[in-house]
Formats: sequence, C-alpha cells, structure tokens
Amino acid sequence: MTDAPVPSAGDTVWVERDAFIDRIPRWLAMAVLFIVVVAIWDLVTRMGWVSPIVLPSPKETWDDLVFVGHNLLTGDYMLAAFWTTTLTVLYGFLIAAAIGFSLGVLVGETKFGERAVMPYLVAIDTMPKIAFAPLFIAWLGFDISSKVALAAFIATFAIVVATAAGLYAASENERMLFKSMGASRMQTLLRLKLPTGLPYIFTGLKIASVGVMAGAITGEFLGGGKGFGALIRQSASQMNTPRVFALILYLSLLGLALYFTIAWIQRRFVFWNKSDRPGGVG
Amino acid sequence: MTAEPRNLHAKPTAPDARPVYEIERLAKTYARNSLTALTDVNLTLRKGEFVSVIGSSGCGKSTLLKIMAGLLPPTRGRVVLEGQPVLGPRPDIGMMFQQATLLPWKTTIENIVLPVEIRGGRAAAKAVTGRAHELLQLVGLGEFANVYPGELSGGMAQRAAICRMLIADPAVLLLDEPFSALDELTRDFMNMELQRICTERQATAFLVTHSIAEAVILSDRILVMQPRPGRIVEDVKIDLPRQRTLEMINTPRFGEIVAYIRNLLGREAFA
Repeated sequence: MTDAPVPSAGDTVWVERDAFIDRIPRWLAMAVLFIVVVAIWDLVTRMGWVSPIVLPSPKETWDDLVFVGHNLLTGDYMLAAFWTTTLTVLYGFLIAAAIGFSLGVLVGETKFGERAVMPYLVAIDTMPKIAFAPLFIAWLGFDISSKVALAAFIATFAIVVATAAGLYAASENERMLFKSMGASRMQTLLRLKLPTGLPYIFTGLKIASVGVMAGAITGEFLGGGKGFGALIRQSASQMNTPRVFALILYLSLLGLALYFTIAWIQRRFVFWNKSDRPGGVG
Repeated sequence: MTAEPRNLHAKPTAPDARPVYEIERLAKTYARNSLTALTDVNLTLRKGEFVSVIGSSGCGKSTLLKIMAGLLPPTRGRVVLEGQPVLGPRPDIGMMFQQATLLPWKTTIENIVLPVEIRGGRAAAKAVTGRAHELLQLVGLGEFANVYPGELSGGMAQRAAICRMLIADPAVLLLDEPFSALDELTRDFMNMELQRICTERQATAFLVTHSIAEAVILSDRILVMQPRPGRIVEDVKIDLPRQRTLEMINTPRFGEIVAYIRNLLGREAFA
C-alpha cells in the first residue's frame, strides 16, 4: 500500500473549480427558482397589472389548493371526479400499451408490417388526433368509454414507433451470433430483440403516459361526464381561475404518478442499462 | 499452390491429419450489384491446424468466413465439414466476432451456456453449467461467473466469448478478427491464451485478421487474399517452432516472414 501523495514545496498543485452557479445544490436551486417565480407572480397581481380573473394571486391559488385538497381527502365529489379520470387514464394507457406493442412487433418484426401497415400508421399519426373526439363520442356515447378510446388513440402511436425502433436496435453482430447458434425467429425475437428494445419501449410508454393524460382530459372537456376535465371546464366557465389552477395541479399528480411508476418498472426490468440508473429521469 | 519464403526448411504441419473442412471451387457473387466477392477458393483444414486468412478490406475474407459458418449461401462450389455439407448454421461450428457480444441482461455463466440453451432448452443448459465453470477456470475468469458483462473489461469479455464458443465442443473454431477491438498489450496476451487453448484441445481454427504479426505468431499456414475478385493468391507455411512466444516477434525469421507477406499483399492494398 502506498500513501496518498502529499504536495511538497515546488509542486504545482492546483484545484479545478466549477463556476459558482454550477455549485448550487439541487434543493437550493429549486427553492430559489420557486421563490423568485412566486415573488414575481405576487408582484404582478399586487400591483394590479393583470386582472385577477386572468391571473389570481398566489394567496388565492394557495387557498383554493387547500380547499380542493381538503375536498379530495374527505372523499367529497372531487375525489369521485378524480377517480373517474384516473380510471380513464389507466384504461386508456393499458389499451394503448396492448395495441401499440402488438402493432409495434408487427411493424418491427415482419416485412409485411413494415411495408403495408406502417405507411397507414404514419398517415393516421400525422392527422390532428384530437379532431377524432366527436367521432368517438358519437360512436361510444358520453360515458367513460369515449374518453378512454380517445386517450388510447392518442397514446398508441408513440408505443408503436418505440417498439418497432426497439426491435431494430439489436446490432448486426448480435443477430449474427443468434443466427450462428441456430436460433429460430421466435427465439431471436424473445431472447435478443425484445430485451435489447426494452429501453426504447419504456421510453415509448413514458411518452404515451403524457399523451394518455392529454387525451383523457380533452375527452372530458368535449364530451362532459363526471371527470376532472368536466370540473375544470365548469370552473373556467364560472371565471373561477384559482380553482382551475388548483385542479390542474392535482391533475398533474396523476400524470407524475403514472410516469414514475413506468420509470420504476423500467429500472427493475432494464437493470443492465447504466444510462438509466436513478437520477436520470428520461 | 504452396509458395514459401526463401530459406525455408518447412516441415509440413501434420501432413497425415484428417481433413476437417474441405472447400472446393467456392465462389460468391452478389446479384444486387453483380459484385464478385470470391472466386475459385479451394482450401482444406486438417485436424489441429491453425490457419489464418489475411488481406485488405474488401478482399472477401469475411464473406469466406460467413460461408464457412453457414451464415451465407455460396453461389458456386462445395463446403464440407466433417463429411457433412454445410447448408446452414451448425452446432459443431464455434464462432467468435470482433465484439464479444455478450447479452448484458445475462450473467457471464448464462451467456456461456446460451448456445446450448438455444439449441437444447433450459435443461440442456443446466447440464453443461459444470463444464461452463471449467471453461471459465481455463481462461482465468473463475470468479466472474455470476457477474454481469457490464462489469467485465474488454479482454475479459472476449475471454468469456471464447468460453461461449467452446461450450458445445465444436469441430472447428471460426474467428472473425476476435481481438482487433482490444488494446495491443491485451491483444498479445489474448493471442497467447488462444494458442494455449487451441493446443490443449487440439482445436482446428480458422482466423480472419488484417494484422500480419498476429497471423504469423498464431498460424501454421497463412492464406493471403487479394481483392477484385476475392481470391487466395498464396498459401504460406509458417515454420516458426511451437510453442510460439511473444519473444519470437523479435527474431529475424519472424521479420522475414512478415516482410514476405507484406510484399504479397502489395503496398496499395493497405494504402
């Protein structure tokens, strides 16, 4: 064992320093940014530069956050609405995952899928998908199923593309290895291409989790029903802007929960992918 | 058509050994761009022989190896291994690539038994686990059986790939520039390891490389290829004694052989 080097006279030892802004710890940086934004927000409303209907003060918003939070915790009507939206999002996500994954395998694994199915998928994907909402309402009615359908429809394509890209991700060497071992097509798919593609597929699921939220809320805006989207529209039509802010914030918790659940499952399944260790959110 | 460097007192290597690989009149043309990758390749590999093929990029050496491995069909000619025509990938062919290509979600030992698992299922893989541990000992990776490949160095990963190649006890080893991605010190060491393993198992090996020194230090014979169209222009016997050591690189004889082969390849080939 050798001792750690101790600088002696004449050594040109020097320390490499990060700039001050790079040395602020994360919690402090976030807190500072939060305080600055709220302070500007407070100043803008206090000075009367914008109408309270357009932008309520931080105090009003906070009061409404507490009110809505209390309503949710005591199991009042808002909790029922929140639960309706949660179910819509979950069903939509599961349907999108099942259909997206199946189509992705068809497109990524077969020439037929790549040549015949993919062009149609791209064509549909370039359409403004929200415009399909009235159709889903006409087909499925005003209850939860039309919202689920719209949410799934919006989220599916990201999963298709991610799954297909994932199946292409295995390297030429790995394919040659499996070929030289006499692996069947199914073996190559299940033991090489799918595991290699898992990081891509999980990225697709994360993008879909964002899309499914947007789809569910849009569906509730346009098709009514008993979800959070209907509450938001109602509050907005009553010019109750603080309530809209509060509802959106609680809604974002649902999106975050879905996103981080997927990230957590990914870390369990894709443990070998070093770039996706805790810390990296992407 | 065996030519020899001057002053050569060649003792033919194992002249009576049984032929393992027999290749006759082999040719490969890619219809897409009517490119002739290989033309009229004839070669015989005998039991226990180490043969290298050397040539510039695009001389068809990788195509030759892929055809021998049953990964690519030839356009003309015959490829016979152990008396059976090669009509696709076979369990008695062991292969190694430039990259170790270990699956990152499997441990070292699981990677090594993978060829057996693919062909024979989980029970068969389990049955060879003991053998896999012996192979790991052989290459000095005994303690790394249950480690994931992400924690292995490049040299260690290639040693694991050697074990994977040997697990099914193949009749022939096909080596596609296996150590070219490693640094030079590791590469020298791995070449000596490869020699030791081949000698111990009396393995028949076929190495594709573009390093003349590597080919000379390992081989009994070197096939020199030239491109457009890809063909074998000479079959050079290497008369350096066995066992080879890294010190031999500094002998005059080694230098002569390297110079002879470099001359055959032509200057423009490596420009």
